[in-house]
Amino acid sequence: MDTLAFLIRRLGQAVVVMLVISVIGFSIQDNLGDPLRELVGQAVSEAERQALRDEMGLNDPFVLRFGRFLAGAVQGDLGTSYFFKRPALEVILDKFPATFELVLAASLIIVLVSVPLGVFCAIRPNGWVTQAIMGFSIVGISIPVFLTAIFLIYIFSIELGWLPSFGRGQTVTLGWWTTGLLTRDGLAHLVLPAIALSSIMLPLFIRLIRGEMMEVLRTEYVRFAWAKGLSSRRVWFVHAFKNTLLPVITVGGVQIGTLIAYTILTETVFQWPGMGFLFLEAVNRVDTPLIIAYIIVVGLIFVVTNTVVDLVYTLVNPMVKITGRAA
Amino acid sequence: MSAVRAALQSNFVYRFLGDPVAMVSAGVLLLFVLGAALAPWIAPQNPYDPLQIDIMDSEIPPVWQAEGEARFVFGTDAQGRDMLSTILYGTGISLTIGVFAVLLQGLIGVTIGLISGYYGGRVDGFFMRLADIQLSFSTLMVAIIVLAVFQAAFGVGLYEELAIIMLILVIGIAEWPQYARTVRANVLAEKEKEYVDAARVIGLSRLRIMFRHILPNTLSPILVISTVQVANAIVAEAALSFLGLGMPVTKPSLGSLIRAGFEFIFSGTWWITIIPSIVLIVLILAINLLGDWLRDVLNPRLYKET
Amino acid sequence: MALLEVRGLEVTFPLRGAALTALRGVDFTLDAGERLGIVGESGAGKSMAAFAILNLISEPGRISAGEILFDGRDLARLSDNHMRAIRGNRIAMIFQDPMMTLNPVLTIGTQMVECLKAHQKIGEAEAKRRAIEKLREVAIPSPETRFDSYPHELSGGLRQRVVIAIALLLDPAIIIADEPTTALDVTIQAEIMGLMIALCENHNVGLILITHDIAVVSEITRRLIVMYAGRIVEAGPTAELIAAPRHPYTRGLLKALPQKNRPGGMLHQIPGTMPSLAAIPDGCAFHPRCEHADARCRRSVPALRDVGGRLVSCHHAERIS
Repeated sequence: MDTLAFLIRRLGQAVVVMLVISVIGFSIQDNLGDPLRELVGQAVSEAERQALRDEMGLNDPFVLRFGRFLAGAVQGDLGTSYFFKRPALEVILDKFPATFELVLAASLIIVLVSVPLGVFCAIRPNGWVTQAIMGFSIVGISIPVFLTAIFLIYIFSIELGWLPSFGRGQTVTLGWWTTGLLTRDGLAHLVLPAIALSSIMLPLFIRLIRGEMMEVLRTEYVRFAWAKGLSSRRVWFVHAFKNTLLPVITVGGVQIGTLIAYTILTETVFQWPGMGFLFLEAVNRVDTPLIIAYIIVVGLIFVVTNTVVDLVYTLVNPMVKITGRAA
Repeated sequence: MSAVRAALQSNFVYRFLGDPVAMVSAGVLLLFVLGAALAPWIAPQNPYDPLQIDIMDSEIPPVWQAEGEARFVFGTDAQGRDMLSTILYGTGISLTIGVFAVLLQGLIGVTIGLISGYYGGRVDGFFMRLADIQLSFSTLMVAIIVLAVFQAAFGVGLYEELAIIMLILVIGIAEWPQYARTVRANVLAEKEKEYVDAARVIGLSRLRIMFRHILPNTLSPILVISTVQVANAIVAEAALSFLGLGMPVTKPSLGSLIRAGFEFIFSGTWWITIIPSIVLIVLILAINLLGDWLRDVLNPRLYKET
Repeated sequence: MALLEVRGLEVTFPLRGAALTALRGVDFTLDAGERLGIVGESGAGKSMAAFAILNLISEPGRISAGEILFDGRDLARLSDNHMRAIRGNRIAMIFQDPMMTLNPVLTIGTQMVECLKAHQKIGEAEAKRRAIEKLREVAIPSPETRFDSYPHELSGGLRQRVVIAIALLLDPAIIIADEPTTALDVTIQAEIMGLMIALCENHNVGLILITHDIAVVSEITRRLIVMYAGRIVEAGPTAELIAAPRHPYTRGLLKALPQKNRPGGMLHQIPGTMPSLAAIPDGCAFHPRCEHADARCRRSVPALRDVGGRLVSCHHAERIS
């Protein structure tokens, strides 16, 4: 059907956003990094510098230089890290598995905890358990993620000594992917960072799922489902929950971006060797190519997740097949 | 006619007095604001004045610990600064950044929301698309990247001087869509009502109708959003400062205090981090609880993600 | 004995401190295969009465007094499980707006099959066969393909046919139809109503038709109940009630209809509006809008009493007509 047209339009939009991100990345490089300084140092005369600039094409018009940047970027060439003396993209991608596994673990916690709690709070809106969960959730929303991380370290690592507080622990290499999920030590190291990262989203999702579900429970079609004599389980989990999912997916998609931003904080507190930790180091070292590589990789992750979320939304909601997002 | 004014007159105060959570939250918030505003007079020490600080006083625990001293109620940090004083001053900086960032958000967001809602059509389409895209990138992510790039460009020294302005600008600009969407939704609804038609019939200009007639009716959602946004802005500032992209240690906000103390937590000097952390949490919680209460009382038409 | 007998039904909403009474002293009966109409403006409590029969009043409302006798059991005191076995099975309901009644993310087939499976031990294939058979019965074109359609792929008229098919799935003894045609285009209203009546007659199903439109019920029901502010104000055989209303409110409703014999004439309107539950006036609830109201009406609530073979709650019932 028109799913194809929707797909194409959505991909076109993604390409435009990526283009804008690369323009930003390039402008940063253009204004921030001086490749000459890296190449020749200070002891070269101004005339020689100019000659070298011409030779390297640094005096070419913006469009030309951007074109070269883009051509390189598409082939995976985002410059060489000043500090690591290796291709910036390679350095970033080395750290990708660590961040990915952290986000994955946190998302798993979020889904496994917020769905049952959110649904429960919607079904029993007046019980004391619900009141307690909602009370905790507003406290939870008020604790910044880096503080949760600090408190977790203070309690579980320093005071109780149960869990490690920094690094990934022992990892296993599978091809180019290093995973901490296959060793006991790796998993133990993942626990606190994953909980800290999920802590900020949990209250939000519990409240979101509860709010949406309560709204759905008030609809005529849920009333009709009751009037048909269906079991509570069927009404709650098939009729109501499926309709609750749609807005939750949309908001969830947006929140994945926020989750990646919070990995920078979590990774900093736990010295987790992921992309965010690397990025902050790069900022402190003014390692421009690495900064730009991070921006472009993260931009790509944002765009890809948003596109995937839109597609999933289309699959779940029978009504958007033709019209796009409108219901 | 204004929903806010009506609520104020009738049951606003009444419901406030009947809700202990709201009253305690407001009391705590008032305490923080007063403490921060009066810091130069009530703080035992001026943490910005090197002459008042003695490095020999460093890392003294809070007064209730065995080695605590009465001079330093919450102890001292690694540089020998009195924690209570740095917290009072730091709360002031956090609140200032929070409030000014939200004022900026509101100014941009409300203006765009009014224009978008009132004119509709292409103008509306453009701004709302922009809001969508901006929101699909996390505010914190954008702020981190922008500040990181500026820090790299300015050098750390110059950046530290400009930090407070940069933080206000970045947090202020990044969150305008929250206001724009809600104001727009309200304008669209208000526009349909009779009094706007009436105003148009008697020949009032569009600008006048927007600012004199529609804006007052969107005040209650703006108030509710602003409360939550101030909390968010303070959290964002704390996070940025914690990453070393915000306020410098010499002029610390709550976030930079927490950052400065974090490395000492492993050596048992917990209070340098934990006390400002608790202060930050209580402050945010008080604002959020007040926001929740306001939303319940004013029950405004807020933008809802579909 | 009547199939359904409602006696002294009272529904209250306990709110902070006070309790609002939404229904008060509602009595009526329905025989097998009979058609009963309940009319009144919105807020009169007619939908509340319907939902009370199925014990589906929205929180925090509840049945606070009275009994609903059906099949020798009191539905007002039935356990959740027993009540569930009756809903959709012995007593089915048709809602007002077919656009809102069907779940948008489930296919028509799913929503029919689940209903059959909730009440009978029956296989998937057999359930599908019976669902398609019902779809054919309500005259839905190509029911086999419609079975797999989502609600949004159907027009409002077709959706209401699906809702009727679902109501008839398990051959219920009673169908409660709450404004079943109000949300539809005028052109298909008659068609859907006709279909519903025909099917109820074929299967000997008792019908409780709830509507604000006294013209609709006058054509198709044998007996009529008029409700105002949570109470029955007049009840009796439809034809007599229409011909000679005894309650001023019934008269008002009838006068508000366009007259066939006086085209172009002014439409009468009942002055004022239905009071909200929180502010029901003392005495007769209708007195502020009534032209016959006197001191007694403002003071005492008129009892529902027999006046010439019909129940009326008006102090002046004998004077009016």
